[in-house]
Amino acid sequence: MHYAKRGRLRFTSHRDFQRAFERALRRAAVPIAYSAGFSPHPKVSYANAAATGVASEAEYLELGLAQRRDPKEIAAALDEALPEGFDVIEVLETAGGSLADRLAASIWQIRLDGVTPQVAAEAVGAFLAAEVVEVERMTKNGLRKFDARQAVIRAELVDDPGPFARGSDPVLPPCAILQLVVRHVTPAVRPDDVLSGLRLVADLMPPHPPRVTRLAQGPLDASSGEVHDPLAPDRSGDGSVA
Amino acid sequence: MPVESLFPRLEPLLARVQKPVQYIGGELNSVISDWDSAAVRWCLMYPDAYEVGLPNQGVQILYEVLNERPGVLAERTYAVWHDLEALMREHDVPQFTVDAHRPVAAFDLLGVSFSTELGYTNLLNALDLAGIPLYARDRGPEHPIVIAGGHAAFNPEPIADFLDAAVLGDGEEIALAITEVVREWKAEGSPGGRDEVLARLAAGGGVYVPRFYDVTYTADGAVDRVTPNRPGVPERIAKHTVMDLDSWPYPRKLLVPLAETVHERFSVEIFRGCTRGCRFCQAGMITRPVRERSIASIGEMVREGLANTGFEEVGLLSLSSADHSEIHDIAKGLADRYEDDKISLSLPSTRVDAFNVTLAEELTRNGRRSGLTFAPEGGSERMRKVINKMVTEEDLIRTVSTAYTHGWRQVKLYFMCGLPTETDSDVLQIADLARAVIKAGREATGTRDIRCTVSIGGFVPKPQTPFQWAAQLDHETTDTRLRKLREVLRNDRQYGKAIGFRYHDGKPGIVEGLLSRGDRRVGAVIEQVWRDGGRFDGWSEHFSFDRWMGAAERALAGTGVDVDWYTTRERGREETLPWDHLDAGLDRDWLWQDWLDSINPDGAEVEDCRWEGCYDCGVCGELGTEIQIGPTGRQLLPLSVV
Repeated sequence: MHYAKRGRLRFTSHRDFQRAFERALRRAAVPIAYSAGFSPHPKVSYANAAATGVASEAEYLELGLAQRRDPKEIAAALDEALPEGFDVIEVLETAGGSLADRLAASIWQIRLDGVTPQVAAEAVGAFLAAEVVEVERMTKNGLRKFDARQAVIRAELVDDPGPFARGSDPVLPPCAILQLVVRHVTPAVRPDDVLSGLRLVADLMPPHPPRVTRLAQGPLDASSGEVHDPLAPDRSGDGSVA
Repeated sequence: MPVESLFPRLEPLLARVQKPVQYIGGELNSVISDWDSAAVRWCLMYPDAYEVGLPNQGVQILYEVLNERPGVLAERTYAVWHDLEALMREHDVPQFTVDAHRPVAAFDLLGVSFSTELGYTNLLNALDLAGIPLYARDRGPEHPIVIAGGHAAFNPEPIADFLDAAVLGDGEEIALAITEVVREWKAEGSPGGRDEVLARLAAGGGVYVPRFYDVTYTADGAVDRVTPNRPGVPERIAKHTVMDLDSWPYPRKLLVPLAETVHERFSVEIFRGCTRGCRFCQAGMITRPVRERSIASIGEMVREGLANTGFEEVGLLSLSSADHSEIHDIAKGLADRYEDDKISLSLPSTRVDAFNVTLAEELTRNGRRSGLTFAPEGGSERMRKVINKMVTEEDLIRTVSTAYTHGWRQVKLYFMCGLPTETDSDVLQIADLARAVIKAGREATGTRDIRCTVSIGGFVPKPQTPFQWAAQLDHETTDTRLRKLREVLRNDRQYGKAIGFRYHDGKPGIVEGLLSRGDRRVGAVIEQVWRDGGRFDGWSEHFSFDRWMGAAERALAGTGVDVDWYTTRERGREETLPWDHLDAGLDRDWLWQDWLDSINPDGAEVEDCRWEGCYDCGVCGELGTEIQIGPTGRQLLPLSVV
């Protein structure tokens, strides 16, 4: 299943989504399979959820059903049962293989209110010119230091954020829009790690909270820096509902 | 006047706070109505954090009842945490509703539900953030009418200066009645301003408008008289009682939050009221008489509620759920119905008898048997007689052993400390009970793999109960007594490891006591605490005893009374209590006699009037209500397969 996390629902955490999704499964009467054991839980595997505060046009999960169903019907029923802002884009019957393995990279868009495109471009240039940009982040295991540079395949400024990344709140000009292609590595390099890197190499300090949207994730073409549709192997004909 | 959403101004702040999801609204089943076409607009507040306030049954019921009414709009607001509060003050964003993010000050009415007095500082903070003057007397026609409800409203005197009005009892009918008064007054062009609409509300006898009453004090500091200061205002204000629960099947469409909250289940009230007569229990005294929802109506509400929410747990709520006349058929019927659906059922009943275990067994037929709670409340037989909770040690041990033999490994026993006439010995007998329970459990099951947790709460005397005259135990003695109990349990080599012990220190109980039985002079203390930074007093990490005591010293200076006077002092029969003009229906002479019976070793025991006949507590006669119980003789029908 390909779904989006839009608008004010970007403030939900992954756990919030999980609870809402499992309730939607019951309301939509989806014949979900349950794990065996003392406290059975529905067979849903989530992959690479976007962080709290980050919107996404490209979230994915896998569902195990107890009965074969038309994926389009499942998509429509779940979309109806989920709160507005958690929007189902497409459901396909899997051709097999691990979905998580197909999600090799993400395209991120970062709206920087109060930053001129010129200042942002200089910072990006300095970041890309560096071999290594060591940043720090607080993790569950304490403060961790890692390189944020190597995972960044592409970084550039774009003119128009597109409808989803624009958001409901007014843009506070000037405004720079940054687009990143970031490879999924361990530890994960997140958009805010790249922003930490921009601060380190170029003193870029946005005066307002950056607005982050994941536009896509999927297999990475390393040579072109393009991210492809992860559900392509499952697609036979047109399964789109959105 | 158009009212715009504050969300665009709030959104940038949300990126900088903890758990922003609690401020975004968007709950399933929430309602956003057109502002301009609504004739009456209510903002409902539960004065605690969203995670505590969202599941509150009272707010959810009123939200639905009001939103169903044509021309009426209801939204919700909750207390914002410190981090967002600071940003809102910095960026000038006022208190907002979570539904459409409208400013709270723009509504006609602000209804605040108080289950506990510890939400008072959060009320002041919300008013201030909303830009509504703290004092009712400073508000103008443009400000909302601030109305309190909930159990704490049975003595709203400590917050009287901050309220325009308070209502006692069940809110459904009175909220609609208030709505009609406000609608009519607005339709007439709001004649006479704020004073007029409050006078109209007060005239009906069911709405208390504190500032229409003057309070005088005696030379020794007690309340002397509370008298109406204008014509057309009743001497006493009566509580509201909804009869025939089946005709009020709410909530139907429970709000399903995106954020994690303290209760994640579909709850249905299976009855209101309790007449077991436990003397410490304010809820049992102020919600009389017992009114059951019928088995058929419960079955339908559960079916509809699960379909509307997708919850996987059902809670059967009431003050003592095992007492419903058809509880066994309800439990069995629901357990049968949802046997294959992974729906778990819970029954917050703490009755100490074998029937309770049978019920719990039915409800957990295909689920977890994690823990079972019983509430003997008093550690000694003598103490249990004082509070009129007649459970013998034999009963308790037999019941708990039954629970262990039926597969429960963990039993929680709930007690109170600081009850009237209590001594160290009464509390130390809790240890004897716990040991006897483990001993009997080990013998019955043949295993040492059983545990019991002793959980203790400090007793706070509450208004409108037989203990309203009692002295509260000071926190030093409470703490000493509980330390002794802990030592005894800890030093027990044979059973100590199988017994857990949980208690809180006695200090918050003293503040609760001050607020519970306080009068209008306590309002200055609450305000001072709020000005000193007090918020979220129900949270141990935010509560500061020293802040409260410091504030009380300053605010009560010159009054001749202090915190001890409000808390650890026993009252006499002749003293006017601050809430005597607020009528829960209970006959004052009956309450006094019940108080005497409690402290007299030969005093009478009170039976339950559902089964043993009326003992004239006064409620039904005074308020024209009656006991409404089954059995109806009906069964829950299986649902047809979809």
